[in-house]
Amino acid sequence: MIPPFETFYETHRDEVFRYLTSRLGRQRAEDAFQETFLRALRAYDRLEYPDHLRAWVLTIASRIAIDDVRRRKPTEELPDDIWHEDARPAFEELAPLTDGLPPKERAAVVLRYGYDLGYDEIGAALGSSEQAARQAASGGVRRLRRKDTT
Amino acid sequence: MTVSPALDARFRAAAAATDLLDAAFDVVEDTPIGDLVVGVTDHGICRIQFDADPERALETLAREYGPRVLRSAKPVDRVRRELDEYFAGRRHAFDLDWDIRQLAPFNRRVLEQLARVEYGQTTTYGQLAAASGNPKAARAVGTIMNRNPIPIVLPCHRVVGASGKLVGYAGGLERKELLLRLEGALS
Repeated sequence: MIPPFETFYETHRDEVFRYLTSRLGRQRAEDAFQETFLRALRAYDRLEYPDHLRAWVLTIASRIAIDDVRRRKPTEELPDDIWHEDARPAFEELAPLTDGLPPKERAAVVLRYGYDLGYDEIGAALGSSEQAARQAASGGVRRLRRKDTT
Repeated sequence: MTVSPALDARFRAAAAATDLLDAAFDVVEDTPIGDLVVGVTDHGICRIQFDADPERALETLAREYGPRVLRSAKPVDRVRRELDEYFAGRRHAFDLDWDIRQLAPFNRRVLEQLARVEYGQTTTYGQLAAASGNPKAARAVGTIMNRNPIPIVLPCHRVVGASGKLVGYAGGLERKELLLRLEGALS
């Protein structure tokens, strides 16, 4: 069950605000904060799994921060593939492919390839080590490859 | 570093201004019958809860209307104002839409009939059952009153036993008595 949005917001707002402040400074963080949670609200009724809400909202915040920096310094090079048009949950696209995986492998694959999270962040989100996250993701990918060829 | 009250209020107002919320709620404080939680949807007021427990209200609203529920003052402002006027004795009828979509057809019919019982008047469970098209359903009407999602606005306090006794009230008999006294229906 996805928790009510109020609960989600209360749980993560301070951490999101701290993160945005560290990236953008206090004043710009305020606008980015509002945008982050409005974007989360827009996608919220399409969420299916409550397990990775923290990683999800921090990912939205990081994309908004990147966009903000890019807007202000248009000449600065930023890799295009980090940018994501909206905050549509990436597992919407990955879900049909990863359905058959064990939960931990599935989460690792979705966070790695759906959200571009690093293995250290995935480890933190899953409550395990960077190494374990790397193994879970590669195990998941191997399993998917096998499935693909059968 | 934490989110300031101003930023928090700003986000909540911005979220309420979108059409994205399934429901919003807030606490209306210090009424003569205590703090009330008021819930609203796009269709109107959907909940008034006695003994304000925002946590419980949040769960109920999320279960019935969807997970996008947020506490926000703005959407509740109109209800707050009308309740203030009502408790001050200046308002005898609420000018609010209500949202009872999720109820069964008979429950809706009973509550719609209930809404016609005017300020300062009372009716009985049996009369209300008859007005709703089922004279034998007095007991069922009692249950529907007990579960009325929007007390005060849908005035179940105006429904009394055939003998004129107050009988029961989900918010406690003292509240029923206080509301009827306010309306001058009880001397």
